[in-house]
Amino acid sequence: MKKYQQVEITEKAAEVVRKLKDEYGEVIFHQSGGCCDGTAPMMIEKDDMYLDESDIFLGELEGVPYYMSEDMYDIWKYTHITVDVTEGRGSTFSLEIPLGLRFIIHSRIMTGEEAKSLGLSDNMLNNKTKE
Amino acid sequence: MIYQKPKFKEKYGNFINGKFVEPVNGEYFDNYSPIDNSFLAKYPRSKKEDVNNAVAAANAAKEAWAQTSATERATLLNKVADIIEEHLEEFAVVETADNGKPIRETLNADVPLAADHWRYFASAIRAEEGSAVELDKDTVSLIIKEPMGVVAQIIPWNFPLLMLSWKLPPALAAGNTVILKPAEQTPASATLLMEKIADIFPPGVINIIHGFGPEAGKPLASHPGVDKVAFTGETTTGQLIMQYASKNLNPVTMELGGKSPNIFFNSVMDADDEFLDKAIEGAVLFAFNQGEVCTCPSRLLVQEDIYDEFMKRVIDRVNAIKQGNPYDTETQMGAQASKDQFEKIMSYIKIGEEEGGKILTGGKPAEVEGEFKNGYYIKPTLIEGHNKMRVFQEEIFGPVLSVTKFKDEAEAIEIANDTLYGLGAGVWTRDAHQLYQIPRAIKAGRVWVNNYHAYPAHAPFGGYKKSGFGRETHLMMLDHYRQNKNMLISYNKNKLGFF
Repeated sequence: MKKYQQVEITEKAAEVVRKLKDEYGEVIFHQSGGCCDGTAPMMIEKDDMYLDESDIFLGELEGVPYYMSEDMYDIWKYTHITVDVTEGRGSTFSLEIPLGLRFIIHSRIMTGEEAKSLGLSDNMLNNKTKE
Repeated sequence: MIYQKPKFKEKYGNFINGKFVEPVNGEYFDNYSPIDNSFLAKYPRSKKEDVNNAVAAANAAKEAWAQTSATERATLLNKVADIIEEHLEEFAVVETADNGKPIRETLNADVPLAADHWRYFASAIRAEEGSAVELDKDTVSLIIKEPMGVVAQIIPWNFPLLMLSWKLPPALAAGNTVILKPAEQTPASATLLMEKIADIFPPGVINIIHGFGPEAGKPLASHPGVDKVAFTGETTTGQLIMQYASKNLNPVTMELGGKSPNIFFNSVMDADDEFLDKAIEGAVLFAFNQGEVCTCPSRLLVQEDIYDEFMKRVIDRVNAIKQGNPYDTETQMGAQASKDQFEKIMSYIKIGEEEGGKILTGGKPAEVEGEFKNGYYIKPTLIEGHNKMRVFQEEIFGPVLSVTKFKDEAEAIEIANDTLYGLGAGVWTRDAHQLYQIPRAIKAGRVWVNNYHAYPAHAPFGGYKKSGFGRETHLMMLDHYRQNKNMLISYNKNKLGFF
């Protein structure tokens, strides 16, 4: 069976990631929720954030691990995420902001095959679209 | 009436130690209007050095400011309110230019409310007092409220002047000096306010620092010279700020958003009267401020036996919303605050459809003609679905309403509470029992009962669950900015007898 990735990245965003890695060294993505600039991946220095088992690892992009909190993952586990970048501002601590850029995500519901390859049951997919 | 785009200077400074100063490294960033993507002005791209200067100024001013009487502080807060009111239109038009919201809202909500919060805390600080208790006939415990010292505040872009006016007055009234960082998307009204009130407070009492989160926000939130941090924004930054605060063992208050349910029971349709009209408007309030409100009533829960009829009226009302020139007082919905917000909202509409949601109206960008075609306009959108869908679980921060139905009270409560957040909620009914019992069953800090989106001073506002903690717009916020000094006094002349 083909192995799928839950997170992917556009070439444009990958370029920004490489640039920020050169500048800051080890960094992570942590997906934020809530108000204002939430529901976007925040790039922060690895040592800046206390991570534990409640931060779920979704994959690696350009060598940068992508996390989201467990309770958000519950809602997102059947979602495929593509990290992209757009011009913009954000009042967060994410490292790309001084460049006049924002990481954003495009997302879609996974196919059954993708879900199975990631070790998820594809039953949930059906439940999600009709209750 | 149509207002004109306001004039700005070419560039502005930080406000530190009572005057406007250039950023230490001389760097600025460009601020654009989301209305038409036009350039407004340059603001300082502050770094650690600027933050250090502001924190030093606030520390130098804190002893003297803490010694001022409540009367003196209240008098100054009232002056600020008067100045905001005298320049109401000027503030309104600057806020509209900077944020994109319609002038109708800034004239009637943002600016007048901002003035009122200054007055409220001016009054509150004079009316309240500490306490004394006689523990036994010779022992008295006095509780005296003392300021924390230096407070750092980081505010969002959705209500720039109003959020500043939620944050600054209680901290100042309590006797603290403050460093406030406006959101980089909306630096204009904070700067305008400091131009107007520059001479009112002693130097160093209010300091305003502009710049980007990782460069200015982080050094401010983690600064050892700060005694308390207040933040409104998203969860990852909230978590980071709490971590920094843990290093300094500083208290924090957090307001981190919500996914607020707005629940309509079948009795709202018992009569076709003013109340039903009010209820329909209540459902449409998701479009207020383009949906960029932490308490946006973004989940509409309607009892199934009135669902079809009720929704027909809601959709008609949504379709009547006037979108367009935000400077026109007839306009009801303006522009989203930035390009990345615009893209995020559109991507949510798409995912809502992919998840099987049905677009009842809207679902696409709004075409706005002429000079505004480069702005970020989205049609108010209704998506019908169920509460497990992502558009029901995540804060979209846009004019997108996720609509579902429920059978009975138990199901309404279950859906309402099935969310990570707990900031606001609305309950609409004519049933006297539901009026009390349903709000009590909802896990949220503010439940509007038969109304929504009212934010008067003297009603506490704050979250349960992942929406944060702390209660703003109420005198209890004073205690988030204060220490309690306990003086334990013995009037007994005799020794203990231990030694």
